[in-house]
Amino acid sequence: MAVRIRSPLRWVPLALLLAATAVLSGCLGMGEGPQTTIVPFSDHAQRIQDLYVLVFWMAAGVFVVVEAALVYATLRYRRRPDDVLPPQVHGNTRLEVAWTIAPAVVLFVIAIPTIQAIFAAATPPGSDGLEIVVTGHQWWWELEYPDAQVVTANEVHIPVGRPISFTLKSADVIHSFWVPRLGGKMDVVPGHTNHLYLTAYQAGTYLGQCVEFCGLQHANMKLRLIAHTPEEFDAWVQSQQAPPSQAAGKAQEGAQVFARSACVGCHTVAGTPAQGKIGPNLTHVGSRTSLAGAVLDNTPENLARWLRDPQEVKPGNQMPNLHLSDVDIEALVAYLESLK
Amino acid sequence: MATTVPPETGALGRVYPVLWSWLTTVDHKRIGILYGTTAFVFFLVGGIEALLIRLQLAVPDGKVVAPDTFNALFTMHALTMIFLVVMPLAAAFFNYVVPLLIGARDVAFPRLNALSYWIFLAGALLLNASWVAGTPADVGWFAYAPLTERPYANTHSADFYVLGLQVLGVASLAAAFNFMVTIVNLRAPGMSLLRMPIFVWTTLITSFLIIFAFPVFTIAVTLLLFDRFFGTSFYVVARGADPVLWQHLFWIFGHPEVYILILPPMGIVSEVLPTFARKPLFGYPFVVFASAAIAFLGYGVWAHHMFAVGLGPVANSVFAATTMLIAVPTGVKVFNWIGTLIGGSIRMATALYFAVGFISMFIIGGLSGVMHAVPPVDWQQTDTYFVVAHIHYVLFAGAVLGLFAGIYYWFPKFSGRLLDERLGKLHFWLTFVGLNVTFFPMHFLGVEGMPRRIYTYPAGMGWELWNLVATIGAFVIALSVLVFLANAFTSLRYGQRASADPWDGRTLEWATSSPPPPYNFARMPHIEARDVLWHWKRERARRARETKAGEHTRIAGGAVDELDLATLRGERIHLPRPSIFPFIVALGIVLAATGFITSYVISAIGVAYLLAGLYGWAFEPAG
Amino acid sequence: MEHATTFEHGAAAHAEPTATGLDNRKLLMWVFLGSECLFFGSLIVTYLVYKGRSLAGPYPHEIFDIPYTSVSAFVLLMSSLTMVLALAAIQRGDQRGLRIWLLATALLGSIFLGGQYYEFTSFVREGLSLQQNLFGSTFFVLTGFHGGHVTIGVIWLLSLLGLSRMGLIQPQHSLKVELAGLYWHFVDVVWIVIFTVVYLIP
Repeated sequence: MAVRIRSPLRWVPLALLLAATAVLSGCLGMGEGPQTTIVPFSDHAQRIQDLYVLVFWMAAGVFVVVEAALVYATLRYRRRPDDVLPPQVHGNTRLEVAWTIAPAVVLFVIAIPTIQAIFAAATPPGSDGLEIVVTGHQWWWELEYPDAQVVTANEVHIPVGRPISFTLKSADVIHSFWVPRLGGKMDVVPGHTNHLYLTAYQAGTYLGQCVEFCGLQHANMKLRLIAHTPEEFDAWVQSQQAPPSQAAGKAQEGAQVFARSACVGCHTVAGTPAQGKIGPNLTHVGSRTSLAGAVLDNTPENLARWLRDPQEVKPGNQMPNLHLSDVDIEALVAYLESLK
Repeated sequence: MATTVPPETGALGRVYPVLWSWLTTVDHKRIGILYGTTAFVFFLVGGIEALLIRLQLAVPDGKVVAPDTFNALFTMHALTMIFLVVMPLAAAFFNYVVPLLIGARDVAFPRLNALSYWIFLAGALLLNASWVAGTPADVGWFAYAPLTERPYANTHSADFYVLGLQVLGVASLAAAFNFMVTIVNLRAPGMSLLRMPIFVWTTLITSFLIIFAFPVFTIAVTLLLFDRFFGTSFYVVARGADPVLWQHLFWIFGHPEVYILILPPMGIVSEVLPTFARKPLFGYPFVVFASAAIAFLGYGVWAHHMFAVGLGPVANSVFAATTMLIAVPTGVKVFNWIGTLIGGSIRMATALYFAVGFISMFIIGGLSGVMHAVPPVDWQQTDTYFVVAHIHYVLFAGAVLGLFAGIYYWFPKFSGRLLDERLGKLHFWLTFVGLNVTFFPMHFLGVEGMPRRIYTYPAGMGWELWNLVATIGAFVIALSVLVFLANAFTSLRYGQRASADPWDGRTLEWATSSPPPPYNFARMPHIEARDVLWHWKRERARRARETKAGEHTRIAGGAVDELDLATLRGERIHLPRPSIFPFIVALGIVLAATGFITSYVISAIGVAYLLAGLYGWAFEPAG
Repeated sequence: MEHATTFEHGAAAHAEPTATGLDNRKLLMWVFLGSECLFFGSLIVTYLVYKGRSLAGPYPHEIFDIPYTSVSAFVLLMSSLTMVLALAAIQRGDQRGLRIWLLATALLGSIFLGGQYYEFTSFVREGLSLQQNLFGSTFFVLTGFHGGHVTIGVIWLLSLLGLSRMGLIQPQHSLKVELAGLYWHFVDVVWIVIFTVVYLIP
């Protein structure tokens, strides 16, 4: 059964080896990105990961067996100069039955834990759960903690070890809420209220973003999820509940600019006349780590850049260029950064 | 070809006889060539769109195109490749090959067939006119409401989507009706259903899928059209509507559509493998049954595109189960293809390379599909590059490789010349390497959490390397297409002449000349077996063995050689008369659609054309 | 060899017997009606999904006049009977009967359409427009789609009537009448479904 292989097919095994090396090296690099889906940090993500590992290895096994059979059949039965007509085999019913049943069995093995996981993921937490209402907007996230009466944007703060119940709503089109390291995505559908339950294992900052195409700036509708120890989380809640510190000096000039500009039409700063609901709540914007839908780090330079021309940073977003003077921008930056 | 000049020719026909003959042709072979050529032009358009997408994403913070352009590029790339490339390329094969495979002189309704093509062309041009108008469709190919409603899509971009796809849907439906009737009714005597070549089966099943899937989409789009133009609120949430209705209607069409795209290439592969392995298809009835089962189950799996929508655990479990079930007949097909190769005497022609390449790559797409069938896994993978990898393994590495197998296989039948095998193999290897370099890394990107449809991404996400690799791969694919074009153009002119039966074929198309005469077959064959030409050749060989050398006796039927069905021996053959009316009707339809974007006056003119065309059609004198 | 070929429309349609024995055009009509089921089905499902979701009136129970619509439904049903009689007439070569019954069918169809027109206008007067609410949108699009089918059917029947007067429908052409009949019966049956789903089920 010597397989005589002539050019160029003699390269096939080598090519397969190379491809396998490339794939393996690719696989080895997986799991390090900030949005990786295969390194779970919550019960929800772990449940998915367990299934993924099962399905992945089953698929990998099937892949190797079937591809090997295909490559073997093709190379082994290549036509040779002395070939006569091969036996005219039309089929084999036993084989057909076997290879109908075998995959069905494999799939059954996958189906059982799948259905278990689907129902487990749909089970809401008990009374110890923390509800967070997430509202998707083109192109930012509004976050509300109904019990604590806290409203913020683009940064979700949660305590580790406590079940979180996300209530997902949309203000406009369909979005999808996703923090990969903490689990799967759930669509945010206008007219519907969806739920996503998870308990984070470990404190840290996790990145996420909208994953349902939602228009021009879909790519820049991001999210940071910050998991705290329970004590840190309580402290964060208290800081958010407190009124923002009284503006002074430069910041006070900024407060005046804010109050007389278009800002108040869209944004809220608790305890001031600014009660707009179109854009993110800015009551504690200075305490956030990011700006503009978690696209920019929250630095005075970035904030100034955003205020100078929001359309330059995020073309098409709903905040117009207010054509503010440099003096006003400087004052506004001081004011907004003071809102801790 | 003298036969294609119509008896009555208008003024245009006297000035431009060639143009006129193509505008009025009702010959299924020429319509097949029109479909194939048009589809290939759009393949290049969709490919350029893909290259621009890959250039933008090659490095973080790409600045090649603006965000709105990027959104248009991925939308138009998908619409082009699905509706203007894979479907019409399959239609090219339906047109050219199916009547030959079943021993018919044409399709059941030749003028309706021409109409399908002209409407398709009109819809394709209308959709692409959106680029010229400056408002290309940019809502994603599945255009989820309410993003397509006035407040969020205020330009004509969504209008072009609605109108272009309406028109294309009419073309697909008309073609599907025609092929359904053709295959059921025009089979040569003796060709029972279980003697039909598999490609005929997959064409029949695809036609059924189109007939029962496209109406749902047409209604979904019509409701959107009413919302956009007549102020209704079918998808307007503020007025009580549910945007998930669009998703259901879309995917009830959209999932069968996936099988509409993949079944014809599967049929092609099922023809190519037996020919080059010199063995019958392993488990023919099981392959037929598996194809039908895939189509049937394909209607019960649509919500697996919606696992993250929040339909609830019961719906997700049911659709997970049906989706897993559909993997079973798909696996059966793959196993039977391998069974066909085993024990064969495989001629390593380019067509076979593409067919085996199709199987090897389709396995990858199929297995990643099984991963998404598990809803929790899908919650991580859906709407990421993992899914982008999956669809491209199914539709590019699957469907397109399968269609190329068909091109290399039937090119000599279309053109009378063989494609160059050396360039063909270069084309294959460049495609094969290029597609894996492009699409395999997308699995990694998806696993690392890169969403699809984002025009930009920052550095530091772990996506830089594989995006760059994918972009390089895309250019390798582009190079492979150039090699193919060079091969096709040189072979058409200088290629080796093809005999009637260059591959030692098994089916009827190889029993007539290359290219076939306008009437396909001078004599109508009688079909005694599956793979009837193979059967005849074996019979002849057997008789030759039985007849001793020198003792030449005539075979039954006198001088007629059953292997040559092309040569006329004084028979009179009725062929359908060329007609300009399909062209006029198609023009009327596209004008009527264009009027929605421009002025209803144009619509009125279009309707006038339409009615005039139909009137002329109805009263066109019979031969 | 080109000289031996001639051109003829629909050569395949009547020159040679088909593999199933069923005429191509008849099979086409059946397949077409199969896809029509999906067209109407999608609209009916849309109507059902949005039933009771309108945020503003008028609502179905405020506006439907079921006895009135029952009469027009009955008229349409009767037209199926006259259609059968038209086909039977041509099959026995009765040109006069064909014309009478075609005219009767077209007339009954027109009465139905007139009834629908009156119904639509009275609904609009009572405040239910296409844009008013989800009920209006789903109702008008569904019943309007059906009305469009009836309109096409009436035009088709009148065309047949014209052809018959020109002597172009002989008994051997009874398929022309039969195809129109298939379409017409389908449109009638669909109306029974729509009438039940939209008007009768509360």
